[in-house]
Amino acid sequence: MDEITSVFIQESREQLAEMESGLLQLEQNPDDHDNINGIFRAAHTIKGGSGVIECHFIESFTHRVENALDALRNGELAVSPLLATLLLECCDHMVSLIDVLAAENDAPDAELKASGDLLTERLKDFLDTIGGNPAASDASQLTVADDTVEVESSGGGIVLTDSWHISVRFGENVLRGGMDPLSFIRYLSTLGEILGIETITDAMPAAAEMDPESCYIGFEIQLQTRSSKADIERVFDFVREDCDLRILPPNSKLSEYIKHIQELPEDTMRLGEILVRCGALTQAEVDQGLSDQKDSAEKIELDNAAPQPQLGEILVENKVVHKEIVDAAISKQAQVNDKKAKDARLVRVQADKLDQLIDLVGELVIAGASANLLAQNSKQGDLVEATSVLSRLVENIRDSALQLRMVQIGDTFTRFNRVVRDVSKELGKEIELVISGAETELDKTVVEKIGDPLMHLVRNSLDHGIEPTAVRLERGKPACGRVSLNAYHDSGSIVIEISDDGGGLNKERITAKALERGIIQPGETLSDAEVVNLIFEPGFSTVEKVSNLSGRGVGMDVVRRNIQSLRGAVDVASVEGEGATFTIRLPLTLAIIDGFLVGVGKAAYVIPLDTVVECIELKNLPSDRNFMNLRGEALPFIRLRELFEIPGECPPRESIVVVQFAGHRAGIVVDQLMGEFQTVIKPLGVMFPHLRGIGGSTILGSGEVALILDVAALVHTVSQAEERKMLPGRNHQPTTALPNN
Amino acid sequence: MGQLVQAKGSAVVAKTDEAPAQYLTFSLGGEMFGVGILNVKEIIEYGNLTEIPMMPAFIRGVINLRGSVVPVIDLSARFGGKSTEVGRRTCIVIVEVPDEDTRHDIGIIVDAVSEVLEIPGSEIEPPPSFGAKIRADFIFGMGKVAGKFVILLEINKVLSVEEIAMLTGAENAAAEAGSQT
Repeated sequence: MDEITSVFIQESREQLAEMESGLLQLEQNPDDHDNINGIFRAAHTIKGGSGVIECHFIESFTHRVENALDALRNGELAVSPLLATLLLECCDHMVSLIDVLAAENDAPDAELKASGDLLTERLKDFLDTIGGNPAASDASQLTVADDTVEVESSGGGIVLTDSWHISVRFGENVLRGGMDPLSFIRYLSTLGEILGIETITDAMPAAAEMDPESCYIGFEIQLQTRSSKADIERVFDFVREDCDLRILPPNSKLSEYIKHIQELPEDTMRLGEILVRCGALTQAEVDQGLSDQKDSAEKIELDNAAPQPQLGEILVENKVVHKEIVDAAISKQAQVNDKKAKDARLVRVQADKLDQLIDLVGELVIAGASANLLAQNSKQGDLVEATSVLSRLVENIRDSALQLRMVQIGDTFTRFNRVVRDVSKELGKEIELVISGAETELDKTVVEKIGDPLMHLVRNSLDHGIEPTAVRLERGKPACGRVSLNAYHDSGSIVIEISDDGGGLNKERITAKALERGIIQPGETLSDAEVVNLIFEPGFSTVEKVSNLSGRGVGMDVVRRNIQSLRGAVDVASVEGEGATFTIRLPLTLAIIDGFLVGVGKAAYVIPLDTVVECIELKNLPSDRNFMNLRGEALPFIRLRELFEIPGECPPRESIVVVQFAGHRAGIVVDQLMGEFQTVIKPLGVMFPHLRGIGGSTILGSGEVALILDVAALVHTVSQAEERKMLPGRNHQPTTALPNN
Repeated sequence: MGQLVQAKGSAVVAKTDEAPAQYLTFSLGGEMFGVGILNVKEIIEYGNLTEIPMMPAFIRGVINLRGSVVPVIDLSARFGGKSTEVGRRTCIVIVEVPDEDTRHDIGIIVDAVSEVLEIPGSEIEPPPSFGAKIRADFIFGMGKVAGKFVILLEINKVLSVEEIAMLTGAENAAAEAGSQT
């Protein structure tokens, strides 16, 4: 695939995303013209781009959509839910068409084509309903501007021609920008008939000075079309910044032509000839025009010596163009500029280049740590100082490098507007989506992988969570259900919450189902939290009827597996009758963390620094039980030596590292505290997928491998094990509540 | 079992047509073993091994191999015997094992590396149906070298990533089972 096509595909996807979000807004604010213009612009850009890369199936479909949007923009069509739905479907279809192009197929398959045709038909139906224009099936007729009719036709010197005159001078960078001037001309010919065309090569320098990558040519074109001036201008949208475009409407005054000729950089007489040649003017007209021009100029000088009015003003005065058109053009230009400015601040980088950089930075961090260690051992003051400066810089580089990969979660969230809208329509429920914390940043790799689990959970909330409207009213809730997505940072993790104000989870039904499926045994007593979390078990689904949204019984355990594979956890809390909240907890990044290095026996372990609260000496234990009094709080702790079965005797002085995660506190007993340490996470690999309590490994400055503790999983494992030991009573919840002596 | 051995045997017969292959031989618990030289990446001295807690005995730990973390397997424990004692000549042989479309580096602990031997296909006997005290599918064949047998290992089976992952999982299965809080 050539570069232009891939750029087109990428940009089109972005435009379609914009278009979709615009269309979703459209229903809420039907009068928002900026929004409608935005949607139109998106469709138009895609059409233009597809014309440039000569992808006709996209071009023709988009053209029809654009027609409908144009009618909408001009107020000829009213916004209705039906129309919005149709346009959204069209938008989806365009996405599929782009996919076809991305798959390097020449044309969409029969099915896609049929659905495209169907959409076209429906668009046509809409356009047919436009009052006063029943026959208009092709909206391009609707858009025929009235300019030509209202342009003053009295007074002498009118050039009798029914065609537009376009003169365009392409900038030097057009070719470098990947644009082929020829494709614009070709695209122009889709608007109407090109009566005459002359190539202007005056700007071409001598062969020796010519840069083959620069574009030196321009064209004078005589075009017969029923399109409006704006339509013609749009043809050149892609090179708008980089070319000199002048358009004269049909039946312009001769003086306009003359002004036009004089404004162009080329020699006046020569241009006159060219215009004659391409059929815009006759020789007589040129001659007359030029002399008229001289006369009138003198006349103006004599009359009032007024300064020459601006071109725009002249055009308006002469009613060549309407004031509104000029204003619109100006505002459009401003918008285009804004967007350009926004784009200019972004650099597109291939993701794997970025990953490579992050890998290298990771190696740098390890090498830096090793150099630091050696410097400290050497006891040379200068060297220690130099390496510490170096390691500070490395730290900064690491932070910036990781920042490169951070993206806001907002884009992922806004995708759900559409899901909520479609699903609520399908289910006949009224549901609104509330998004908060959209600016929360997390690693791009995490963002990419969290989309599917999120989709499952949101659909689940929509389908099973929110009750039908009648039930809601009966329960005294507002008719409109609410699903909210929230994200925030919490001690080195990102937390995403999906909550609904629906019926909550039915514990009896879950228990019954779990018994039926053999997930739990009869007589097993579970806490409320345990019951609701049964829904994450494989093969669990409480809904008898399998809908096409969810309820296949694979959803929840897939969700949990996906999230666990990202070193995350998912949890559900539910209040019956008031709703349920799913909480996903994920690490911010998968690459590098700040760690706290501890030693047990000869082994070294890394505790993620953001979970560490404090370190205290282990002393004055009341008994041999594994909890201690931390300022009045009963703090349970884990003896790492016992848990990991590390041989050797405990040293006389042990320390406790107090860690915090998800609102819990716990202590980890270790032999030695070795301080902070930057660690690059090296995954332990495919051999250890079931390893709980160890989050990965890292390489120390000495070259040894140290294991990174996954504090949450570690504490969880221990509390589970202890709970099992306490069976069958199940009265103890060691991690959460132990009696304070 | 019999069928399995039969299948192995025919595979060996097919091998005889090929050019003689080279094998790295090493000793382990007094016996000689061999692995196809193409699987072997390098041999390093035993040391700087980091143990991984809560793992079955045959996983000795992980080492740092020029920046990447490589798991080390105790072959003798993997065959169901006792753990290898670390001696003066103990080495770690780094072998490459294919897993679907990727390849993994895994280290194996051996008592001593002896030499690289060229063993022609005709000198390779099918493994005995029992008595080797090693799972039959771990053995590729018995190479005859100077009147003695060298057990040639089917290293992809011995170090099957999938199976090892499953075994490490079994150790943690109990913890997994109740993790619903």
